[in-house]
Amino acid sequence: MSTIETPPATKTAFWNDPVKRGLALQTVLIVFVLLVVWAAWSNMSANMVARGLIFGWDYLGRPANFAIGEGLIPFAPTDSYGRAVIVGLLNTLRIAVVGIILATLLGVALGVMRLSSNPLLARLVSGYVEVVRNTPLLLQLFLWYAIINTLPGPRQALPLGPGMFLSNRGMKVPWVEWSDVLWPVIWALVAGIIGAFIASRALQRRREATGDAPPTLPIAAALIIGLPFLALAVQGFPATLTVPVLQGFNFTGGIELSPEFVALLLGLVLYTAAFIAEIVRGGIVSVYKGQWEAARALGLPAPRIMRLVILPQALRVIIPPLTSQYLNLTKNSSLAVAIGYPELVHVSNTTMNQTGRAVEVILVFALVYLTISLLTSAFMNWYNGRVAIRER
Amino acid sequence: MIRNFVLAGLAAAAFVFGPTAAEAGRDLDAIKARGTIRCGVQGPSNPGFGVPNAQGVWGGFNVEVCRAIAITIFNDPSKVEFVPVTTQSRFPALTNGEVDVLSNNTTWTLTRDTGVNRFNFPAIIFYDGQAIMVSRRLNVTSARGLNGATVCVQPGTTTELNLADFFRQNNMTFRPVVIEALDELRRAYDQGRCDVFTNDFAALAAQRTLLSNPRDHVILPERISKEPLGPTIRQGDEELTNIVAWTVFALIDAEEFGITQANVDQIAGSATDPRIRRLLGVEPGMGTAIGAANDQYARTIIKAFGNYGEMFERHLGVNTPLGLERGQNNIWTKGGLLYAPPAR
Amino acid sequence: MNRPVAPDALVHYVASEKLADLKPPASVLPPWPVALFRTYFGTPATAAITLVCLAILAWTLPPFLSWAFINATWTGTAAQCREAGGACWAFIGEKFWFSVFGLYPYELRWRPATVLVIFAVMVALSTQRLFWRRELVYAWFAVLAVMWGLMGGSVLGIPIPGLEPVATRLWGGWLVTIFLSVFGLAMAYPIGIMLALGRRSKRPIVRALSVTWIEFIRGVPLISLLFIATFIVPLFMPQGVEIDRLIRAQIAFIVFAAAYMAEVFRGGLQAIPKGQFEGADSLGLNYAQTMRFIVLPQALKITIPAQVNTFIGLFKDTTLVLIIGIFDFFTTLRSALGDSNWLGFATEAYLYAAFVYFIACYTMSRYSQRLEKDLSPERVR
Repeated sequence: MSTIETPPATKTAFWNDPVKRGLALQTVLIVFVLLVVWAAWSNMSANMVARGLIFGWDYLGRPANFAIGEGLIPFAPTDSYGRAVIVGLLNTLRIAVVGIILATLLGVALGVMRLSSNPLLARLVSGYVEVVRNTPLLLQLFLWYAIINTLPGPRQALPLGPGMFLSNRGMKVPWVEWSDVLWPVIWALVAGIIGAFIASRALQRRREATGDAPPTLPIAAALIIGLPFLALAVQGFPATLTVPVLQGFNFTGGIELSPEFVALLLGLVLYTAAFIAEIVRGGIVSVYKGQWEAARALGLPAPRIMRLVILPQALRVIIPPLTSQYLNLTKNSSLAVAIGYPELVHVSNTTMNQTGRAVEVILVFALVYLTISLLTSAFMNWYNGRVAIRER
Repeated sequence: MIRNFVLAGLAAAAFVFGPTAAEAGRDLDAIKARGTIRCGVQGPSNPGFGVPNAQGVWGGFNVEVCRAIAITIFNDPSKVEFVPVTTQSRFPALTNGEVDVLSNNTTWTLTRDTGVNRFNFPAIIFYDGQAIMVSRRLNVTSARGLNGATVCVQPGTTTELNLADFFRQNNMTFRPVVIEALDELRRAYDQGRCDVFTNDFAALAAQRTLLSNPRDHVILPERISKEPLGPTIRQGDEELTNIVAWTVFALIDAEEFGITQANVDQIAGSATDPRIRRLLGVEPGMGTAIGAANDQYARTIIKAFGNYGEMFERHLGVNTPLGLERGQNNIWTKGGLLYAPPAR
Repeated sequence: MNRPVAPDALVHYVASEKLADLKPPASVLPPWPVALFRTYFGTPATAAITLVCLAILAWTLPPFLSWAFINATWTGTAAQCREAGGACWAFIGEKFWFSVFGLYPYELRWRPATVLVIFAVMVALSTQRLFWRRELVYAWFAVLAVMWGLMGGSVLGIPIPGLEPVATRLWGGWLVTIFLSVFGLAMAYPIGIMLALGRRSKRPIVRALSVTWIEFIRGVPLISLLFIATFIVPLFMPQGVEIDRLIRAQIAFIVFAAAYMAEVFRGGLQAIPKGQFEGADSLGLNYAQTMRFIVLPQALKITIPAQVNTFIGLFKDTTLVLIIGIFDFFTTLRSALGDSNWLGFATEAYLYAAFVYFIACYTMSRYSQRLEKDLSPERVR
């Protein structure tokens, strides 16, 4: 490269003009994609006609004629396929919400424990995390289901805690019998939560202004627990807490969590918690060491250093991968099809077989998952933005 | 046409992965062009009806039906590819041409014959009914005493629908445990997850042999449905329909006429009964009429597998782990329902 | 260049021999029993944690060990297993080769066995950085073609003389798991790079298409892709063209892995400082050259750990083909559970499967951690 020759000025060919080239490229691309889509679509139409398949949503209104084991809303075989899909969706949401809450609690605990100064604890947790992360979830689900099925029957159920029993018919837990008199309690609870929120805001402002304020937590707890309790007391404790009691072949009272639900929940929670633990650990490690030292220099005890100094900063690193773990848990709940928990994919699968409407059924559940995923992403992005703003 | 051009592109892309291209057109032509018939059997295995051995070679009642069809078409029982299908994947597999014939105890129903699925059931090979199995410990003697029971059932089957109907008719409630994989479902029942296991009687008998203590379980006397089972093909190919139907009829006729694996050659040499002479191809014409490879197709089948009764006793009968009685699946002359139209 | 020479007067300030190490102050290094005691029982909280951990171990380990080893049956029949009461590893021994080869024709098993050996050799070679050259990539594609040809008896639809064709529906066991994951990765890699570049493209249509692909695939569970591949894709094909079920599942895995790889690569691309692009621009490199010589080599390198993690995920996810009835390693093993001679050994089978998956995944993840250190010493803290 000794000298630079100036090229003679010529008219630029269109393939050398970035704008035109870009347009051409994109036109070719979009035409190709449209052609593929069109070909697939017209093939599908032709194939469906040739095979006597029909595309339409009329099946959603027809009676399903099959039964669903459990659901948040009642379902009888005379109900429609449409209702079956809703039952499945609600079951998916149920497992996802419960699973996410438990997996977060367990995952954070495991992540912190893995950093424990006690090597025994750290090793145990890290062994657990490695084993769970490096084996397929489906296998773990089968294993849990097999283990739950080998548990003793209801009459020899394992007591897990006050009023909680685990047997091969699932898990029995106490539950509040629903009745209309509970509405005041619900409203009291809502009022308590709002009150606690307002109080904590006020206390925080006062602390920022004067540097001195009564602790927030007991006040908030008093509001949230006390108000509903007061509402109950005023009515003379009408709510009936039903506790499982063994009667005859099975338990009565309380609510029952089916073995399928328990196996799926266990599998999803233990699996996802291992990933969350790694994320939490990574987040904590990412906080600069000086923060620990400074907090210690201020004389804060270790738990408060964690809660007040380290976790708020670690959260920024933790939130984005945590979001994808939540989405993974929700999507992984579809593996229930293998162990028979009637969530969306399981119900869809049955519907597909009874009606032969593969395209419509798959379209429905794929879109439902897509919606859940996009909504969760949007919410977590919003939350992530809020966490990030605190950075100064 | 642009569409075909794009399709050619897609097909070319598909060829990269080494697909098997089939001729468009009638199923029988495609089968003959390919040189094998693809037979869908219950996977991973269904004792008595279709089980792969340690070398992966399939055997069983339904498997031999497919081999018999292969004899009719190709005069060669080995010209079959067995494709394991599940209750879920069987209909898409048949619709998509992944299999040519389902020989996995599929029930003939009106909607399957006519509705969106559009299949053909050329002949009934097995008369079954849905039955209910319970543990002896429960001391249940009738299916009507099962109110509130937890029931293990496979999804996507007529069984699942009959079950709901039965409990509704009798004003009883039940709680289904629905798992697609039959072995997983059986394990769940075996370990006490369900009180009741329901399926077609023969399938239930097969599953009972796989329980940890088969003797502890009893199949209740009620049959809560009619389940005529037979090989299933796509609608729209009359020739294949003929071949499947008359292959089954040949097995039934052979038993009716007393032709067995042992005596088929001797009978063929000496028979004077014109019905037998036509069936075994001594008098030519019948094989050609149904489009078989030759007129001796029935004789070859019987030599290979015996008549219906011999196949039944070998795989399903009282001397097998399944221990099924002939019952409805006997020749009409012996009080059963097996009745073949005359071959003439 | 002449080095400045220290004047003689300064030389004797430099120590000429190593001084003896000083002992640390006594308070820092207590004798080991004390140190051990402090680590495990130093404070009441630590002591409590240690005791709880020991209790958990004492509660779980002895029953497991006696079941898995002491009372286990290593060879023999099902009856002997039931008698011994412990784990029945004889069952795994009986079904081991079935779990490797599945329903592949018995007399042709030498072919998948050869494929496994070739694959193992290639993997062993690829872990050595000595062989990290462009030729390795070509070699991999050649070897994958050879593996495929040996298994199926044909390449690109052309039958290989002397090899009996074996339909993909007869493939099973480890082989299917390896093919699904390795082919999935090999094909997803270039597609993923294209999608990642497309997502950062200035051209709106390219970007929109890439984003749609990535977000749609990542937004739905893998099962729905497998269902689409099994039930809907055949409808897209013109009459008479059919693609085998395993290959349809394989395509679903490629599409799936490509979307996740694209996100990994995007992370790598975002981490490349702007100066690199500007430097490339100032050298007069065009877009393709910039990517090919400047950006991608760096982006791919820094994402290697993430790539391995994605691959581990993909590898574990191959078990999902169970739901559409393809005989991968796990499905094959589960079908062996239906053997009426060997009933009731599901736990052993699951543990064996878990062990195999764990060894594979854990080795990969350790390898990627080592690579992370080796490749980017500047990043390791």
